[in-house]
Amino acid sequence: MKSLLTRATLALTLAVSIAGPAAAHRQWMLPSATILSGQDPWITVDAAVSNDLFYFEHVPLRLDGLTVTNPDGSAGTAENQATGKYRSTFDVHLSQPGTYKVALASAGIMASWEENGQRKRWRGTVDSFAKEVPANAEKLQVTEGARRLEFFATAGKPTETVLKPTGKGLELAPVTHPNDLVAGEQASFTLLLDGKPASDVEVTVIPGGIRYRNDLGEMKLKTDKDGAFTVTWPTAGMYWMTAQTEDKKTSVPQASKRSATYTATFEVMAP
Amino acid sequence: MRTLLSLSMTGLAVTPVMAGELAVTVEIPKLEVAEYHRPYVAAWIETPDQQFVANLTVRYDVKMRDNEGTKWLKDMRQWWRRSGRDLTMPVDGVSAPTLPVGENRLTWDSAKAPLNGLKPGSYALVVEAAREVGGRELIRVPFDWNGKPVKAEAKGESELGRIAVEVKG
Repeated sequence: MKSLLTRATLALTLAVSIAGPAAAHRQWMLPSATILSGQDPWITVDAAVSNDLFYFEHVPLRLDGLTVTNPDGSAGTAENQATGKYRSTFDVHLSQPGTYKVALASAGIMASWEENGQRKRWRGTVDSFAKEVPANAEKLQVTEGARRLEFFATAGKPTETVLKPTGKGLELAPVTHPNDLVAGEQASFTLLLDGKPASDVEVTVIPGGIRYRNDLGEMKLKTDKDGAFTVTWPTAGMYWMTAQTEDKKTSVPQASKRSATYTATFEVMAP
Repeated sequence: MRTLLSLSMTGLAVTPVMAGELAVTVEIPKLEVAEYHRPYVAAWIETPDQQFVANLTVRYDVKMRDNEGTKWLKDMRQWWRRSGRDLTMPVDGVSAPTLPVGENRLTWDSAKAPLNGLKPGSYALVVEAAREVGGRELIRVPFDWNGKPVKAEAKGESELGRIAVEVKG
């Protein structure tokens, strides 16, 4: 069951990362709030894959592999998970004060080859690749992909523990706290690939509410040599951010390339 | 705790004790709306470059069961960012019930916290109001704190009426 689920996640991950951002639908999680006060705060989250942000119009985002990291670094739970026609939903109980990270991260290999004139397709982990894909497969095509999709939410005072990068795949190391963003102010971030600065990578930022305007309002930014970039938020609202890298640093020699995507949702407050 | 916080956060020295008082008038306008709830109101002192100095009062549903009234404190979003998120409510001497419609005159003794630590200089009184199923408004009234009498005021447009500062030397 577990591996089936993982494969389903990978299928979506790899399909999206291979198709590339231009052709892909957008994946996102939309929290009901990211800045909370009070004794017993909860958030509810929509998760979907769609063209327009943030509307449910295509397919739900599969929640397999969803993780919640509590402010103290321990694993939290995503409660009341449900998947409908167009969206998945879940709740997070912010029972500790501080900043939470909610993420869908996965990495794996996708392979295809010919066997007796038939096209075979395989998805799995780096470890299972050698065992399950024939060493002498004909016309073998192998791609490696990693995806991270996340957002942050804070009860009370923002904290830093969950902001520490995992060192795997493409990640954001916030300089400005992700739950302290205000329209008209500049926010600084660093993009990391496997924990090291990802330089010269294009980062796309799009404000939500696309349906009710003509202009996409897309901001194209670029990381500098240290992986750093800044965003000045034009207005308050929910924003979608995404970046993708491609390189040859594959875990299995048969893979031609490795792609990594990072996607996050940020809430920007009015001043 | 409050004294500790206001001192540590502002770096104020406990030096000049000026006799007198600070009076703040907060007018809550009467609104013709179908569903009316008294607004949450925070009043604090900041420097001219908008650095937080000290809280004067935070008016919210203090009496709700299980401290539930704190759920909407974040709607005073500038206060929340400058101070509220760093506090554990209720804060003694700061937390207080919501204000009724009309002019509310609130006073602080300059010999007591938080004013006893306030260095002479230029400041602003900031009043922020956020109303359930209503709007939000923030008003700044600059004033000088140097032992001399001051009268200054500003007028809100939606959630706040007249906001006045009076320093009595």
